[in-house]
Amino acid sequence: MSQLVKPASGRSSGKGIGAFLAGNSVPIMFILICAVCIPISGFSVPYLLNEIMSRLGRNAFLILSLLIPIMAGMGLNFGMTLGAMAGEIALIFVSDWQIWGIPGMVLAMIVSIPFSVLLGLFCGKILNMAKGREMITSYIISFFINGVYQLVVLYMMGPIIPIAHSSIKLPRGYGIRNTVSLLNMRQSLDNAVSFRIGGVKIPVITLLIIAAMCLLIVWFRRTKLGQDMRAVGQDLQVAKDAGIDVERTRIISIVISTVLAGIGMIIYLQNMGNLSTYSSHSQVGMFCIAALLVGGASVDRASIGNVFLGVILFHTMFIVAPNAGTKITGDSMIGEYFRVFVSYGVITVALIMYETKKRRARASMGRQLEAEQQEAMRA
Amino acid sequence: MPKEVVKRMTTAKQTGAPLLEMRNVKKNFFGNQVLTDINLKLEAGQVLGLVGENGAGKTTLMKILFGMDEIRETGGYGGDIFLNGEKVNFSSPFDALAKGIGMVHQEFSLIPGFTATENILLNREPKKENVVSLVFGERMNTLERREMDRQSEAAIEKMGVRIDENMLINNMPVGHKQFTEIARELSKEQLQLLILDEPTAVLTEHEAVALLDSIRGMASRGIAVIFITHRLQEILSVCDKVAVMRDGCLVQNVNAKDTSVQEITRWMVGRNISSGENKHRQLAHQNVIMSIRHLWVDMPGETVRDVNLDVFEGEILGIGGLAGQGKLGIPNGVMGLYEAGGQVTFRGNEIALNAPRRCLDASLAFVSEDRRGVGLLLDESLEWNIAFPAMQIQNKFLKSYLGGLIKWRDEKAIRDVTEKYIDELAIKCTSSRQNAKELSGGNQQKVCLAKAFALEPQFLFVSEPTRGIDVGAKSLVLNALKKFNQESGVTIVMISSELEELRQVCDRIAIVSGGRIAGILPASDSSEDFGMLMVSQVK
Repeated sequence: MSQLVKPASGRSSGKGIGAFLAGNSVPIMFILICAVCIPISGFSVPYLLNEIMSRLGRNAFLILSLLIPIMAGMGLNFGMTLGAMAGEIALIFVSDWQIWGIPGMVLAMIVSIPFSVLLGLFCGKILNMAKGREMITSYIISFFINGVYQLVVLYMMGPIIPIAHSSIKLPRGYGIRNTVSLLNMRQSLDNAVSFRIGGVKIPVITLLIIAAMCLLIVWFRRTKLGQDMRAVGQDLQVAKDAGIDVERTRIISIVISTVLAGIGMIIYLQNMGNLSTYSSHSQVGMFCIAALLVGGASVDRASIGNVFLGVILFHTMFIVAPNAGTKITGDSMIGEYFRVFVSYGVITVALIMYETKKRRARASMGRQLEAEQQEAMRA
Repeated sequence: MPKEVVKRMTTAKQTGAPLLEMRNVKKNFFGNQVLTDINLKLEAGQVLGLVGENGAGKTTLMKILFGMDEIRETGGYGGDIFLNGEKVNFSSPFDALAKGIGMVHQEFSLIPGFTATENILLNREPKKENVVSLVFGERMNTLERREMDRQSEAAIEKMGVRIDENMLINNMPVGHKQFTEIARELSKEQLQLLILDEPTAVLTEHEAVALLDSIRGMASRGIAVIFITHRLQEILSVCDKVAVMRDGCLVQNVNAKDTSVQEITRWMVGRNISSGENKHRQLAHQNVIMSIRHLWVDMPGETVRDVNLDVFEGEILGIGGLAGQGKLGIPNGVMGLYEAGGQVTFRGNEIALNAPRRCLDASLAFVSEDRRGVGLLLDESLEWNIAFPAMQIQNKFLKSYLGGLIKWRDEKAIRDVTEKYIDELAIKCTSSRQNAKELSGGNQQKVCLAKAFALEPQFLFVSEPTRGIDVGAKSLVLNALKKFNQESGVTIVMISSELEELRQVCDRIAIVSGGRIAGILPASDSSEDFGMLMVSQVK
């Protein structure tokens, strides 16, 4: 004998087009920018598609590594730079051992994992001490670890950590050169199986790996750990009261993210074909986060769709902005400036929007109260 | 009869002991006795209604039973608790859960973006093994959605109130959130005793009726229920027994059918102290100093709806009521600390809401109930704490140079005024330069008062001035307020959960219930009258 208690009133189902525009303002803005810049830049469509496909393969995996910490409520993981450094260290070793091609890549991925796990544990432990301030903390941690990385690569590699091959060593006998050539590894994954459709090269294996990663993330959401992370992300206290080990769950999410970022960095660098030892990682976190946000993600919500939309929009802008800038002002630097400026701008906007959205939600509760009261007075 | 019920009943019969027995349970918080010798028995399948004013000790008692951390952190409790004749002492709520005690707290403990099912089975989801989990451990098991749906449906069925198990908590009306919490407790196989802490407070009338039916259903399945509520009618309609608490003592424990709402109300508020302490003044109530019209305030947990109130010049007006009914929302809304709407006029001029500075400029002052958060600069000296608002708002304690271009603090004036209030209010401190956070609660409260006094306001809101402070400090604070009112002619509105305290100090007392003013009575009226008002519109 069960009674049916009806909800007091059904919610109105969305507020139509206005709400849609407000909710997706960032991607829409970028679609407009691209729509204006593409004709001005004068690039041919096949060229553009080719570039976008190449960058999609290069970046998508890295950006996917950001999704899990967002799910666990830890915001945008600026600490993915740590994973990038682990990937670079692995690549330095592998090039020193002169193992090239796909075997080299696979070995580099395996070697990067212990470094990523250690760095991820460290980062996760610290972020647990700074709950609610994860983003700024992880940002600063990445600066700190960058210092440690430089110490290792610049001074320890050679005297302490054996580096045999002179092509990657600085002429003084220790430390790693500014650039490590990955020419023998360049696009080996992308070219392993590939074909062209209308002049656009499709890197099949890279895309398959990315697709597998997406499936893995979808599957992960259905596991107990994934469910726990979502619970922790939405309400720490409730999750704790239900007996979920909150601290451990958060650390695991950062470790997974760091490991994935390390692997992603190796895919990224094989596409580029060389490793700038001291700067490759420094902006990668920033650009990945900007791309994710351009795709319509926010600090507390990001989907696989956001990743792909973000990569496409952000990189289209990256490709066309310098040329469009040159065409308009006659100065190619303006486009270069524009894309850096936009990356920082988009992150700032996303952070502000996150806060205003929270505030607006609070204010709307007040409005509702007022409306209820007026209704009651009329009655 | 379902098998589980039979099992439960037979275990009870075998031992011959009641399901729950409390013997001489007592508790003190740092020397304050909050519970004294509570003796209570509860059989399987019985429903016990637990009533009492705020601060009577109901919640503390339930926290002890449920093994909450804060009890252990504050020195544990005295006396013994027996469950099925076996002595228990839970070191955490998880132990209590394992022994079959479930509790639905006043605040919701739900994940907003999860469905009812996901919440009901939070961290107890049925799982399936897979290849990855064999390597990486059981947390990589996948959830068995179908089994989850089945279990949550069963729990909802047990509750007897239909809710949509696939609806997100976010989209649910409040009542359904409450039912989700109850279903979560019921989904635990071992549940023997369910504690419901004011479950009907957020329900509509229709939902409340459904819940009462559901409680009867649980009882018939052999689950014992402790039901805490302020709606006395509900107690009489659903409970087998009624236990009334007052000032940390169990004053009555009777069968529900032998009593009435009036009787329970009298037990709840009735005191032995004579109320002749306050020499009630006859004020010529003519001058309205502040008038509040259609005020709403969105203060979480203290929502105010459509409040209309006139405050007369020179009086002390008390605002009382049960916790969560909105009495705290009134001063916080008027002073602009929480989102508010409506109309407030002070001496004929309208005061802008949501703008704290305007209120302060109009020489209103507020002593917040949130001493440590709003009231004090914890890491600054007493001098700064007391002088800061006056300095900030009225340019007091400042020396002007170059025609006001440069303003310096007048350290001497600040020290003098601080010393004056330290003397007057007997603030216990090492010097006027001691940091505010080093003082005890009572002394911190005095600093908050001194801070407001230093503003020399025409109108003062004082919110929960005696919360968490000892008896000695209490009377000092109350006397200071009275004196301030009499000597400076300041109108005071005092908000307090303790009715007796309001009756000692105030001229009139307004009782807030369900976010509205339920009535305003002279302080000399009887406790029962106030008690009836308190529960009149509880929602």
